[in-house]
Amino acid sequence: MDAIQRELLEAVSGLHEIPTGAYNIRANGASIERNSTANIEIIPKKDKSGIEIHIMPGTQNESVHIPVILSQSGLEEIVYNDFFVGDDADVTIIAGCGIHNGGDAASRHDGLHRFFIGRNAHVKYVEKHYGSGDGKGEKIMNPVTEIHLGEDSFMEMETVQIRGVDSTRRENKAELDAGAKLVVTERLMTHGTQHAESYFDVRLNGEDSAANVVSRSVARDHSYQLFTSHIHGNHRCSGHTECDAIIMDDAKISAVPELSANHVDAALIHEAAIGKIAGEQIIKLMTLGLTEAEAEEQIVNGFLK
Amino acid sequence: MLELRNICFQVPDEKSRSKREIGILKDVSFTLEDNQFVVITGPNGGGKSTLAKIIAGIEKPTSGQILWDGEDITDMSVTDRAKLGISYAFQQPVRFKGVTVFDLIRLAAGTDISVAGACQYLSRVGLCAKDYIKREVNASLSGGEIKRIEIATIMARKTRVSVFDEPEAGIDLWSFQNLIQVFEEMHSQLHGSILIISHQERILNIADKILLIADGELKKEGSRDEILPQLLGTDAAAVSCDKVKVK
Repeated sequence: MDAIQRELLEAVSGLHEIPTGAYNIRANGASIERNSTANIEIIPKKDKSGIEIHIMPGTQNESVHIPVILSQSGLEEIVYNDFFVGDDADVTIIAGCGIHNGGDAASRHDGLHRFFIGRNAHVKYVEKHYGSGDGKGEKIMNPVTEIHLGEDSFMEMETVQIRGVDSTRRENKAELDAGAKLVVTERLMTHGTQHAESYFDVRLNGEDSAANVVSRSVARDHSYQLFTSHIHGNHRCSGHTECDAIIMDDAKISAVPELSANHVDAALIHEAAIGKIAGEQIIKLMTLGLTEAEAEEQIVNGFLK
Repeated sequence: MLELRNICFQVPDEKSRSKREIGILKDVSFTLEDNQFVVITGPNGGGKSTLAKIIAGIEKPTSGQILWDGEDITDMSVTDRAKLGISYAFQQPVRFKGVTVFDLIRLAAGTDISVAGACQYLSRVGLCAKDYIKREVNASLSGGEIKRIEIATIMARKTRVSVFDEPEAGIDLWSFQNLIQVFEEMHSQLHGSILIISHQERILNIADKILLIADGELKKEGSRDEILPQLLGTDAAAVSCDKVKVK
């Protein structure tokens, strides 16, 4: 790995070097490092680009890192990764994609992740998206996440995109069996002329299933954001979706929350709020000695934390 | 030393067709000496809060001057006045999503304060520090809690002038007793000046000087012993129980 690749790796996964546990590091379209453990097996797909991650039932407190980095300008790829999480397993999965584009051609990574989560399993999934490089070529990421949550399983998904991605369309679909629970937290900041679209479609199929989809975002400069979240209550269940956005400069934001109750005991709530930073918040921080710009930065950083 | 000279503050009267101005403050002058404890009292709507905002730089006077050790700071920004040594506690503290109590105290202290250091300020205002330090300063805090956090941030700033706008509002009786102690401690330890807007007799009772502002004018100014007896029994010096009865 060269210096740019190491920087990308650190930005998306917090890794300074090769991680412990199971991992697959993909750089410029090919897997450069891979490691399986006794409980977690990573194997390449035979028919298309991507990997399968098999986590044995009962695996406890193990982690899987699957970062993707692109530093070659003009590279475009579609990668299919499937996660099979065994019953009663408890794991953390850290994915993420970093693109450095110093050239004029667009670089694109489309990652399609499917999760098949067994009964009573517990998964924490973190994905970070980051772009760098000042070439004219766009940095594009279109992640698709499909989640199948088995009975009484739990998944916590954290998706973060703070800087540098010019265009993104994220599609997230989830289906929950009885007693399963899904918590999604999205943190997004767009700047320049960036364009970001997020779609969530959550189907609460099982009795007492629950979902909480929360997005916090900041749109600056001339950027555009669209947030769409649709929760379907198909049984006795509870669902909550929330979009909270700060708009700045000449940005544009659309929030489209949608609920469909197909069962009398489905309890569904949506909340959406878009607004600029309150003037009194800036003044309060100025009375503590911050400049207006520092106050704004502090408020945005806190909001996206 | 902070000196206000002939401060006037006018706003357009929106009800009036002739666009005449209403005087919120009319020719107010007074001096806050170093290490002095001054309480401003007077009826609601009399211009007290506007005066506090003018000192902090949040509002700009229509005419008049503000001097800091003789230097004219009338046109100085909120930030620069804060850096100079003026602190201001909001009557209705501001809430933030995502900013924690620790963040706010750290920003107020202006240094890389430790969690333990920040906790000391919370304990001083009667909050169990470990329950609050990581909490967000958002809508989940009650009025009394956020008010005490606001006071803790002012304590952390340790500036030469601290202005509090009705610090007792929303604070229960038990905390109120602590609050008096907090102000007494700040006064004795900081060697800074404290300016409090309050109607409470017990706060007036620890003042070096009392100012009465009504209808935008400075009606009375003098030592506690001189002014307080004239105010007792009026709205300007309510005892806590009276305030409860009124509500």
